[in-house]
Amino acid sequence: MSLEEIYRHEYGRILASLIRAVRDFTLAEDALQEAFVVAHTLWPSRGTPANPGAWLLTTARHKAIDHLRRRRMAGEKHFEMITLATADELTPLPQDKLRLIFTCCHPSLAPEVQVALTLKTVCGLTTEEIARAYVTPVATIAQRIVRAKTKIKLAAIPYEVPADDALIERVEAALAVIYLVFNEGYSASAGPTLVRADLCDEAIRLGRDLVALMPAQREARGLLALMLLIDARRATRTDATGALVRLEDQDRSRWDHARIVEGAALVESSLRDGPAGAYAIQAAIAAVHAQAPSWQDSDWKQILVLYSLLSRLQPSPIIELNRVVALAMAEGPEKALPLLDRIELPGYHLLPAARAQLLRELGRHSEAAEAYRAALRLVKTEPERRFLQLRLSEVTV
Amino acid sequence: MQYAMLVYHHEPEFLALSPSERDRLRNECADWHDRLTTDGRSSGAMRLESTATATTVRQADGKPVLTDGPFAETKEILAGFVLLECRDLDEALALTRTFPALRPGISLEVRPVMPNGTRRADAT
Repeated sequence: MSLEEIYRHEYGRILASLIRAVRDFTLAEDALQEAFVVAHTLWPSRGTPANPGAWLLTTARHKAIDHLRRRRMAGEKHFEMITLATADELTPLPQDKLRLIFTCCHPSLAPEVQVALTLKTVCGLTTEEIARAYVTPVATIAQRIVRAKTKIKLAAIPYEVPADDALIERVEAALAVIYLVFNEGYSASAGPTLVRADLCDEAIRLGRDLVALMPAQREARGLLALMLLIDARRATRTDATGALVRLEDQDRSRWDHARIVEGAALVESSLRDGPAGAYAIQAAIAAVHAQAPSWQDSDWKQILVLYSLLSRLQPSPIIELNRVVALAMAEGPEKALPLLDRIELPGYHLLPAARAQLLRELGRHSEAAEAYRAALRLVKTEPERRFLQLRLSEVTV
Repeated sequence: MQYAMLVYHHEPEFLALSPSERDRLRNECADWHDRLTTDGRSSGAMRLESTATATTVRQADGKPVLTDGPFAETKEILAGFVLLECRDLDEALALTRTFPALRPGISLEVRPVMPNGTRRADAT
């Protein structure tokens, strides 16, 4: 493994163990960065150590001790000194990473702050990488992270896995952050490309971590399944020019079969033993799509049932929109159109786009054109704009 | 760690409560606070009179100016606070959720108390 790969795969885990010992995000991060710098200069000539992760952790620990020694003025840092100096071997615990995830996803931090902090500390992305992924100025991201770390320290946000009574709610918060990262990756809200594969990969990696660390949490499995099944379609979501390809037009033979198999198995296990959670239901919908031979020949009745379940569990206009689209497929556009008109989603381009589609199927072309124009006024990404433009030209000839 | 739990309420909504309802809430809060004090998890609490009794002092043109009532016309007003003694934010938030007067129209803000925040800067 190259140093870069180690950075990618082990950064969060090493940092998590280090934070446990020093109880200070910034100190742990600085020390670990320095350890990576030492590795970068030493390893090429001396060779990579047998256990690179342990080597980095030990070196970072020494660096942290150096820092604390230099900073030791008041009695304030004494406790950390003792923890660090007497630890024979700072054994990394799997729970360390979980603690770090829960701290970064603490509900007392704003969602955009949780996302930035998680990507920075758990995934080891640089501030520049996060800024690029979110098309946000570096200074804004840097400020979010600094604010988060200050709050964690001053407000004493604990570095631990929450107790059972608070666990469900906190797991939900962590899952929401992971899904937010995935969604931004899969459907970038701004910028020239539609898919940001790096963010999808990070989210799936985090999802795997959470499933491994909390095997009893069915919704964690549901979310991982959902991400895998959606991501299986990644390669076919845009064409060579970067234009959006709808699910119905995608080349299903190019879907990632391994991801579908893994995702479908996870769906099953996340639906077992108890009422289905929202992620598990969404994953089940994605699994029906993933296993269908074509858009037309998908099991729309099943999809409609699943969306109705989801709509009851988590009522939202977006879910209702999807339910109505499934209804149109299962029972025809005439039945779906009046329901679509009842949905309120101001500013969301997919509502007029769906309306346009149904009107088109009903042969009401001038109304369809009107709806496509409404969608075009709202759409934000370039590939989706091109797609809608094309559709509009088809109904106006 | 010390945290201040600041109790804000929407005054018209609170004043609209019946006297018996208000008394009941008051008693529940008093019992709640007694328990925290016994546990050593509160080191004090205060409840404030309504904003109708307030006088605001501020400076304008280099002179102190007094006005009747709160400075800004706000519906959410500070009604009181509790000084919590907790290990970390999660414990403070868990206690805050058990506050008996937590109901629509009430919001509770939890803020860490600055250690030695009232001492001279050069003494810390």
